[in-house]
Amino acid sequence: MTNMAGLPLRDEAEGETTGLAHNVVTGTIDTSHGTILYVEDVSVSFDGFKALNQLSLTLNAGELRCVIGPNGAGKTTMMDVITGKTRPDGGSVFLGQTVDLTRLNEYEIARIGIGRKFQRPTVFENHTVFENLELAMHADKGVWSSLFHKLSSLQREKIHRMLAQIRLTECVDTLAGLLSHGQKQWLEIGMLLMQDPQVLLLDEPVAGMTDEETERTAELFLSLAGKHTLVVVEHDMEFVASIARTVTVLHEGRVLAEGTMDQVKNDARVIEVYLGR
Amino acid sequence: MTPSISNLANLFSRRAWIVFLCALALVVVVAPLTRMLPADHPLHFSDYLMLVIGKIMCYAMVAVAMDLIWGYTGILSLGHGLFFALGGYAMGMTLMREIGTQGQYGSVLPDFMVFLDWGDFPWYWAGSDSYLFAIVKILLVPGLLAYVFGYFAFRSRIKGVYFSIITQALTFAFMLLFFRNETGFGGNNGFTDFKRIFGYSLAEPATKTALFVITGVTLAALLMLCRYLVTSKFGRVLTAIRDAEGRAMFSGYNTKNYKLFVWTLSAVICGIAGALYVPQVGIINPSEMSPANSIEIAIWTAVGGRGTLTGALLGAGVVNGAKSWFTMAFPELWLYFLGALFIGVTLYMPKGLLGLFARRPVQRGK
Repeated sequence: MTNMAGLPLRDEAEGETTGLAHNVVTGTIDTSHGTILYVEDVSVSFDGFKALNQLSLTLNAGELRCVIGPNGAGKTTMMDVITGKTRPDGGSVFLGQTVDLTRLNEYEIARIGIGRKFQRPTVFENHTVFENLELAMHADKGVWSSLFHKLSSLQREKIHRMLAQIRLTECVDTLAGLLSHGQKQWLEIGMLLMQDPQVLLLDEPVAGMTDEETERTAELFLSLAGKHTLVVVEHDMEFVASIARTVTVLHEGRVLAEGTMDQVKNDARVIEVYLGR
Repeated sequence: MTPSISNLANLFSRRAWIVFLCALALVVVVAPLTRMLPADHPLHFSDYLMLVIGKIMCYAMVAVAMDLIWGYTGILSLGHGLFFALGGYAMGMTLMREIGTQGQYGSVLPDFMVFLDWGDFPWYWAGSDSYLFAIVKILLVPGLLAYVFGYFAFRSRIKGVYFSIITQALTFAFMLLFFRNETGFGGNNGFTDFKRIFGYSLAEPATKTALFVITGVTLAALLMLCRYLVTSKFGRVLTAIRDAEGRAMFSGYNTKNYKLFVWTLSAVICGIAGALYVPQVGIINPSEMSPANSIEIAIWTAVGGRGTLTGALLGAGVVNGAKSWFTMAFPELWLYFLGALFIGVTLYMPKGLLGLFARRPVQRGK
C-alpha cells in the first residue's frame, strides 16, 4: 500500500504502529492516517495583535489546498509558524504523526521536507540560474560537505531536467538577478522542487506573472499535486478558481470557512468579510 | 592529470596563474638575489623597501581575511585589528623571551616586568619560550576568541551595523586591557627591542630576507586556500547567505555554522598575519587594537573591491603604498586623504578599483 506521494504507507498490519502509538522513524514522515500536516489551536500575537487566533487546519497528503483571506488574515504568519520562522504562543504543529515542527529550526524543517516560497520572489541574485538550483538541491548541506562538494553527473542531469520543467534552460548561466519577475517566481519554485519536499508552501506564486505564465503555473501545480502536498496562498481569484479543490478562508487569524470554491463563494460570512467588499 | 592536480590548476584562470607565479617568483627568487647586490647598485633591494613590502604583504593577508567575511559573507567586522594584534602578541611573547638576559636590567624577565617589580612570570607566560607553543597560540587565541564571540553573536542573530559596532567595541575593550601595565603585556609600550628569532639575529640582513620570503609564501598559500573556499560550493553558500539569508535557511542550510566557520577562519588568518608582521617591524603595542586600525582594514577591502580576493590584495597594496609615501611627504594630510578615498570609492566605485575592469560571470551550466 502506498500513499499518494508514492512512499510506502505503514499500517497496523505491518506491525509498525500499534493503536494510537506511532513509531518514530527518523527521516520519514508518518502519514499513516492520510494527514500530512496538523495545525491545532495555534495562536501568535505581536504586541497584543492576534495574528493567529487558535487556528486549526489539517492537510491530507498529496492535496492541493488554496488559502485565501483579506490582508492581515494571518496567511503569511501561518506559513511562518509551519516553517519555524515564528514560534507560536500556543498550540501544536505536526508534520505527519510524529514530527513536532514547533521544536525545529528553519533549516531542520526545510531538510525534513517542507519547502517555502516567499511572497516576494527570493532567489540568490548574484548566482546563475544553474547555481541557484544547485544550492537548493537536496544534499548534505553541512559545512564540511560543502567544502568538498563535487557535482555528480546524476545531479547535473537533475538540474537540467528542472531547468526544462521551469522553462529556464535558455537562461542556465544568467545571473538570477537579471531574470524577469515571473522567471524569478519560476526559479524559486524550481529551487523548492530541487529540495525534494513533501509539502510546498507557496506564498503568492503568480504575483507579477503574465497571463500565459500564470496559466502555465496552474498546470505545473496541478501536475505536482498528488506527488507533493501544496498550500497556495493567493489573491488572484481567477488563479485560485482554476486550481482549487479545497479552499480555506482565513479571517482574523482563524479559519472562517472551508470547502470547494463554490461553497466558500456562497458562504454568507465569506461574502461579508472578503469577497463582497 | 590526477583529479587533485587538475583541481589545483582550476583555482585560477590561466592569466591569473601567470601573474600569481610571477609575483611569487619575484618575492622568493628575485628579491633575495637583488639583496645580494652591493648597496649602491641601482637594483639593490633596500632594507627599507623590503620592510614596506613585507608589511604590505601582512596587511594583504588581513585584507583577504576581511574580504572572506565582509565581501563574500556580508558581515562587516570592525574589529579585525584585534585578531591581528593578538597573533602579533603571541609571537611577541616568544621574541621577548629570546632576548634572554640581554635586556636593560640583565634579567631573564622582560624589562617591563622588572620595572613592575615582578619576581616571576605570570602563569599565562608559561611555555612562552617555545616557538611550537607560540605557533599554537598564534592560531588558537584569535581563533578561539572569534569562535566564542561569533557563537553568541550568530546564535542571537546579531546582524549588520549592530554586529559591526560590537566588534568595534570588542577591539576597543581589548586595547584598554592591553594598555594596563598589570595585564602583563608591556602596557602602552607593548613589546619591542627584539634580538633574535629562532636563534637568528634580527639585525642580520639574511634573517630579514628570510622573514620576507616566508611572508610571501604564506600570503600565496593563504590566497590559494581562500580562492579554493570561495570557488567551492561553500563559497557559493556564503554569497547566498550574504544576498538572501532567509532563502539559504529555508533551503536547508544552517547559516549560523557557515558564518561561524568563515568568521573563525578569518580571525585565524589575521593572527598569522600579525605574527609575521611583528618580527619584521620589531614592535607590537596596543595601538594596533585601536578602532581606527580596524576601520582602515575595511577601507583597504572596499577600495580594492569587495568579494573578489584580488581586490583585497590590490586595496591593501594601493592604500598602504599611498600611506608610506603620504606619511613621508605630507604626514598631516594622510587621514584626510584616507577619508576622501573612502568616500570617493563608496560613492563612485561601489565595486572598488577592480570594478573598473568588467568581469564576466563564470559559466558553469554547460
